[in-house]
Amino acid sequence: MKLRATDLCKSFGRQTVLRDVNLNLDQVHALALIGPSGGGKSTLLRIMAGLEKPDSGRLDLNDREVIYREKELMAHRRSVGTVFQAFNLFPHLTALQNITLPLEKVHRYKPLEARQVAEEILERFQLSEHCHKPPAQLSGGQRQRVAIARAISIKPKLLLFDEPTSALDPEMTAEVLEVIEELRKEGRDLVLVTHQMGFAHRIADQIALLSGGQITECGPPSQVLDNPVSDTTREFLAKILKY
Amino acid sequence: MTTRTVQSWFWVSPDDRGKPIAWQVLILNWAFAFLLLALICFFSFSQLRYNWNWQTVGGYSGFFWRGWLNTLKISSLALILSTLIGMVAALARRSGFLALQAVSRLYVELVRGTPLLVQISFAFYVVADALHFQDRFTVGLFTLSLFSGAFISEIIRGGIESVGASQLESARAIGLTRFQTYRYVILPQAIRVILPALAGMFANLIKDSSLLSVISIEEFTWNAQQVSALTYSNFECYIPLAIGYLILTLPITLWTQWLEKRTRYET
Repeated sequence: MKLRATDLCKSFGRQTVLRDVNLNLDQVHALALIGPSGGGKSTLLRIMAGLEKPDSGRLDLNDREVIYREKELMAHRRSVGTVFQAFNLFPHLTALQNITLPLEKVHRYKPLEARQVAEEILERFQLSEHCHKPPAQLSGGQRQRVAIARAISIKPKLLLFDEPTSALDPEMTAEVLEVIEELRKEGRDLVLVTHQMGFAHRIADQIALLSGGQITECGPPSQVLDNPVSDTTREFLAKILKY
Repeated sequence: MTTRTVQSWFWVSPDDRGKPIAWQVLILNWAFAFLLLALICFFSFSQLRYNWNWQTVGGYSGFFWRGWLNTLKISSLALILSTLIGMVAALARRSGFLALQAVSRLYVELVRGTPLLVQISFAFYVVADALHFQDRFTVGLFTLSLFSGAFISEIIRGGIESVGASQLESARAIGLTRFQTYRYVILPQAIRVILPALAGMFANLIKDSSLLSVISIEEFTWNAQQVSALTYSNFECYIPLAIGYLILTLPITLWTQWLEKRTRYET
């Protein structure tokens, strides 16, 4: 995909979260956003997902500007798949219904078609036996996999992950990361906010580090993680690698 | 369903709470509760020296029937109408239009803060009179529905607000419209929170309908009062009255308990 951010600004009240963020990536398949908490990475992802409107600046996806008006945004949100940290799924619906709801109500699938699509994806993720369980009866990792299944079921042009494993223990983290890696190998375009540096290194072809509302460094993992240029990046990496 | 073996006739240990209880134990303990009730009644009435006059009152059973059916009619209509009013008021309270918010707020606070008796008199003798509208039944129905609607709107609003922000965000992210979000995400989750309070409200509504007797709507209480006046008897009218209301309110409570169980899911 082609991703271009031009002078994106966003503040909440008096707090500036993004100041003049610029990104210019021509050929990127997996972009990882890393950086300290409060650095603005989640906000940037949410702007890409159409869940937050920038105060100024523009975002272009595959040479098309994302229009931040409710009507166009709705269409944009329907064309991307977003996975959050936790509490993605609707607790009153089964795993299967969680997937068929957007297919039927948003993408106008017939109930039977929607069911078929959902069952196929759940089977692929080895979740078939759990398809009639509500989220409360699934483990954290299974829940997150169902959430990913819901996101890809609509055939999105882009997948967005906002710290998808932050609420999970190590074992479950592994099972979710495996799924994401598999999607990456399939050639799906994705943007990922993560604290898992090793994982970012393995799957991302571009890594952007956000700190203090700005991109302090952007490039391939071998540069950003192994031979960082900026001091901010070095400090950040030193801090997280210490423990 | 598995029948549990009797472990204790009178106690349930903390670990067993919420699990089904053996029917023998249930019968015994319910019998105990009814026995207590019977003792209280027996003691009170035995001190009363009251000349029971069931036969005369029995001759007026037609009054009770007609009144009971009227109460059933006005309560069920008011139940539907007040739920609708409650929903509209709750949505108005949450709308982006500030004037609408203010209207909803004023309505709820005024109605909840004043006695129904005053509202009924005011609606009938002032408002309906000014509009030259004389149909008591309709005036009564609307007043009662507006009264309950105010409470119901707060119950519904509480239920809607109990649905977490992350749920709304998920709904937005998958591209549901505002209406679809209410229909498929908020309401199904809110219902669970709303039901118990709503059941209590519906039972209240049925009992509150008795106040409509002050504008001579011929409902259950009004009829019982007529019989009481015609036969110079009190308890022979009030006891059937109490039982008549119980027959209406109990099914509602039981029905919602059943619904609650059905809509239960873990979070």
